Amino acid sequence: MNGVFDYLSDSAHWSGTDGIPNRLVEHLQYSFGALLLVLLIALPLGLYVGHTGRGALGIAGVANALRALPTFGLLVFVVIVLSGYLPGDFAYLGPSLLVLVILGVPAVLANTYAGVQSVDPAARDAARGMGMTGWQVLWRVEVPNALPLIISGVRSSILQIVATATIAAYVSLGGLGRFIIDGLSQRDYAQMASGALLVAVLALLLDLLLALVQRLVVSRGVSGRFATGGADAVPVDARKLTASLAASSDEGV
Amino acid sequence: MKRSRLAAAATAAATMLALSGCGGDDALDTDSGKPAASDTIVIGSANFPESTLLAEMYAGALEAKGVKVEKKLNIGSREVYMKALEDGSIDLLPEYNGYLLGYYDEATTAVTPDEVAAELETKLPTKLTTLEPSTAEDSDTLTVTKATADKYQLKSIADLAPVAKDLVVGGPPEWKTRPTGVPGFQAKYGVTFKEFKVLDAGGPLTTAALENGQIDAANIFSTDPNLIAKDWVALEDPSHVFLAANIIPVLTKTKATQAVSDALNAVSAKLTTETLLDLDKQVILDKADPQTVAKEFLSSNGLT
Repeated sequence: MNGVFDYLSDSAHWSGTDGIPNRLVEHLQYSFGALLLVLLIALPLGLYVGHTGRGALGIAGVANALRALPTFGLLVFVVIVLSGYLPGDFAYLGPSLLVLVILGVPAVLANTYAGVQSVDPAARDAARGMGMTGWQVLWRVEVPNALPLIISGVRSSILQIVATATIAAYVSLGGLGRFIIDGLSQRDYAQMASGALLVAVLALLLDLLLALVQRLVVSRGVSGRFATGGADAVPVDARKLTASLAASSDEGV
Repeated sequence: MKRSRLAAAATAAATMLALSGCGGDDALDTDSGKPAASDTIVIGSANFPESTLLAEMYAGALEAKGVKVEKKLNIGSREVYMKALEDGSIDLLPEYNGYLLGYYDEATTAVTPDEVAAELETKLPTKLTTLEPSTAEDSDTLTVTKATADKYQLKSIADLAPVAKDLVVGGPPEWKTRPTGVPGFQAKYGVTFKEFKVLDAGGPLTTAALENGQIDAANIFSTDPNLIAKDWVALEDPSHVFLAANIIPVLTKTKATQAVSDALNAVSAKLTTETLLDLDKQVILDKADPQTVAKEFLSSNGLT
């Protein structure tokens, strides 16, 4: 532990290509690059499946199958197979992003469609009864109600991606994994432990940040966090219904 | 580096061996529980194809001279088989001089064959001894493709000095800091590459990167069958950046009779890196039986 403290407090380790700030920025680039792709793929697909109920079985199967893929083995395999076809550093960046996306998609996809699907049918019916179109039902009722689950999916996805982005270093890229992999093969265990510590801290901070985002964007009607305790007096079912409608009215119906 | 690098290579090789289904005898299975007769030499090997092949050569050469042998091949990593050699469960093993020294003295700075030989004499446990090292080596090399070698007229690492600024080199993470890596090229040859790409030690990533042009020069082992299969050029290392890894028999002193020593030294004398490379290719790529390959080598060199 002293070694870790010495490593982290040495100013030489805080500058240059091999410095912690640069590796941190690289790590965030890989992680958020992958997360962006995950959201672009998993959100629309999850919303579609959740809203229409079409292909739910297929999606559940695909999401679970993807979870079973060993990320590290897949990365080495993809690099070896594709490096002849990809230009320059993209031969490593492309496969790294690909495996991180494959890792991150299941959590967001499964939570999004489960979240939308589990919206109280009464709220959905009420929304239709008010004359809302399919899109309006999706955006004003289903999404706000499913938001806590969707965000928790994003949280577990980013947690996995940040922790796993370390393997990009195994295929010559940077990121915080550089310290772990270099430390291991150079038998510099202080460097290795420092890298692991930094990854853990980064993952926790990002999770905390997303918890905060969740608090801000989820309708109080859904989360049940009212400034006053008045809502507690309302019977549970009725409360859910009003909550759903409150959520939709938040969107400015 | 020395041990972990070879261990990595051994793991890779063992995987190949397991996949190819041509595994040799399992030391634990063949162990009958009875100690070998005192005039029998028990030969062991590490768990990768080249070591098995060399052990088969030793076995064949000794049998040809009328020495009784018993084989316990594919034992495991150096940590395991050196213990077996020290406690007398085996008597003889094919080793690599630099790595053997590294096992007994992690801090050693000996690199050239002579330095290693001198240090081995003092560092080896007293009951063990080594015979003549072969010129055949399984060492690290800096390897380029035929096209690169032709383009820049490369034969030795020194030839890289004027052109290295345009080239990318790939190797394992420890090359970044060890004198047997990037700092060594700089110090001993004045070679500074444009970039160092961190890959693995002559493994699948490095091989693919050299083949596909992500890197121009790579860390490849000198007996890697890809050198033949892909027509790559291992650059000479006259100033010894890389640790010597000559093949050397290590054995129990009491078993090192004149007849045994002569037979084994004769094998070492006939073996060259090129020959070993070709034999490794037969075993690893063509899946030939190590015992057959060893027998053919011995008979074509008049050692039977």
